[in-house]
Amino acid sequence: MELHSRTDAYIGRYAARAAGMVPSEIRALFAVADRPEVVSLAGGMPYVSALPLDRIGEMIGELVARNGAQVLQYASAQGDPVLREQICEVMELEGIRANPDDVVVTVGAQQALDLVTKIFVDPGDVVLAEAPSYVGALGTFAAYQAEVVHVPLDDGGLIPAALRETLERLRRDGRRVKFLYTVPTFQNPAGVTLTAPRRAQILEICAEYDVLVLEDNPYGLLGFDGEPMRALRAYDSERVIYLGSFSKTIASGLRVGWALAPHSVRAKLVLAAESAVLCHANLSQLAVREYLATQPWREQIKDFRVMYRERRDAMLDALETLMPKGCTWTRPSGGFFVWLTVPEGLDTKAMAPRAIAERVAYVPGTGFYSNGDGRRHMRLSYCYPEPHRIREGVRRLAGVVEEEIRLRDTFGGVRRDDRAPGGVDTPGPGLV
Amino acid sequence: MELGHVVVLAGGLSYEREVSLRSGRRVADALRALDIPVELRDTDATLLDALATDPPDVVFPVLHGASGEDGSIRDVLELVGVPYVGARPDACRVAWDKPTAKAVVARAGLSTPESVALPKEIFHDLGAASVLDRIVEHLGLPLMVKPTRGGSALGASVVRDAEQLPAAMVGCFAYGDTALIERYVEGTEVAVSVIERGGEPYPLPAVEIVAAGGRYDYTARYDAGDTEFVIPARLSPEAAERVTAAALTAHRALGLRDLSRTDLIVTPSGEVHFLEVNVAPGMTETSLLPRAIAAAGLELSHICRDLLIQRFT
Repeated sequence: MELHSRTDAYIGRYAARAAGMVPSEIRALFAVADRPEVVSLAGGMPYVSALPLDRIGEMIGELVARNGAQVLQYASAQGDPVLREQICEVMELEGIRANPDDVVVTVGAQQALDLVTKIFVDPGDVVLAEAPSYVGALGTFAAYQAEVVHVPLDDGGLIPAALRETLERLRRDGRRVKFLYTVPTFQNPAGVTLTAPRRAQILEICAEYDVLVLEDNPYGLLGFDGEPMRALRAYDSERVIYLGSFSKTIASGLRVGWALAPHSVRAKLVLAAESAVLCHANLSQLAVREYLATQPWREQIKDFRVMYRERRDAMLDALETLMPKGCTWTRPSGGFFVWLTVPEGLDTKAMAPRAIAERVAYVPGTGFYSNGDGRRHMRLSYCYPEPHRIREGVRRLAGVVEEEIRLRDTFGGVRRDDRAPGGVDTPGPGLV
Repeated sequence: MELGHVVVLAGGLSYEREVSLRSGRRVADALRALDIPVELRDTDATLLDALATDPPDVVFPVLHGASGEDGSIRDVLELVGVPYVGARPDACRVAWDKPTAKAVVARAGLSTPESVALPKEIFHDLGAASVLDRIVEHLGLPLMVKPTRGGSALGASVVRDAEQLPAAMVGCFAYGDTALIERYVEGTEVAVSVIERGGEPYPLPAVEIVAAGGRYDYTARYDAGDTEFVIPARLSPEAAERVTAAALTAHRALGLRDLSRTDLIVTPSGEVHFLEVNVAPGMTETSLLPRAIAAAGLELSHICRDLLIQRFT
């Protein structure tokens, strides 16, 4: 008797929204990147080892011993009230004046992103995002079957004229734009920051076209020069939904983020959060509350800034010294990432296996676009490896790019559009 | 004979690390189901010390890709004197290099698609366009392009139009320095696994692979879910006999041991062509060998145990 089977017995049963949830062969390569032989410039993991881990350990222990009956219990879906007040204090550093009633605590900013998309986006709705944009957001938008329309950015962040042009075109086409998603400060993946004059312009344009703004700001306090920039939400409290996170300023493993939204939106977010998770992990929330109340968190952020600045410098110096002619890159003034552009005819996705063979990992640019663009780009992160490892990683990467240039010259700079569409090209969050 | 300590080696630093980790966990779980004490280990700097300090009865290498399949890890296991399941290093080296394996099985009487294996240097030196023109002139179209060494179809592509050939070459050279360019034979894709029992090679039922969109690439193998497997393969009785005989011939001619999986193409007229052989076949939940074992009415755990006992001296 013939036996018929499939690689996945459930194929044909999945919802349409799961269609894109397929890892590419590139994602499988990242399995190698967590080995110590490989210098990973791919992951976006904050360097949590710099935290006073013993003090945090004691603090969490005492929290449970002293107040376990509350800490280990369900809580409200909106989040702990004291923590929400503290979150408002943190946001003041970026010029935001907010009421704790309008804050919803979430499982990292990623859940806030999911909830906002869930309550606003119907299948086929248009969401605007920078080109390139944060991969986690693109995954969320795809899961809700949004159509992502990218808007270009440059060294000054999102380009206002391009935004206007895009909105005008979409209006002519009768398309409904639900919101503009933007990481204005130390953008992931490009590392660029929206200039102050452009902030005002972007908000004016969005007001003109009646478009909501979803501001995602996990890196805002990790600037290397001067005071934090004013967040978009500081300019406009009605049109902007702000997403914040303690993942980079305290610890990503605690999974505490938040959304600050206009009152009516906030009410829906709370109900959506309740249906998703009932309530946030109380232990994590109260650990953050205690940390903010008892630990020198502002000084800790300063320490992070110094450390990441040193790593950024190591990466920029190494790129300057080692990368072959024709490569260009951004010069971030904060955050975790440099966006590298390789010479024409090269394909960062195609050359990723060779990089792994040379024991260096990066994220190909294609992961940061929803339309297959990005083949001439890659994201390099400097947040996790120490400076000498960063230099070694860039040295290896330069060799890979040189070899790719040689291959291009041999085969005539081919486009690889005919290759099979890849699925998800980016690593999971736990990658070193 | 009772196995007291078994090491399953999985992971490694090849492109197929993730697949290998999945295969390794599957084999370890199968053995643990029989209460065999199993240690699942990666190939890292601690391995040799661990093998010396606490030598296992037998090692089961489930390492895919380089070092796992090219014989090098097995060479090291020979050096430290630990018995292991699978082919010896010299046989692995021959099987791992696809053009060499093709030549060996051709001498043993199997048909294999005409091909040429060229390192990227030759394209640099002679000019890619003229070399590629000669290849198309000689082998015709369509062509299969793949790295001479490697698995899971990484870097492999079918070229139906000469204009796609440079892109396919670049894609292939991302995974290796030498490309095998082979005449592409249309037909039914079939995999026949061989396991040795009592010193005799025993062929498992042929698995027919029907990839959605016709491409059994990496995604189709491990993730997409839309690849269909039919066991036994829908072949005429004569063709079914020929694929089984071909897998046995390849296993013997290449001097393989314990287990192997031979990939073949059967043309509509029933001709059987050898494509490649695997000395460390995938053992994941979507892999071909475990499916063939189940279709034969056998248990993966028993097969793994028996293979270990065969090597436990």
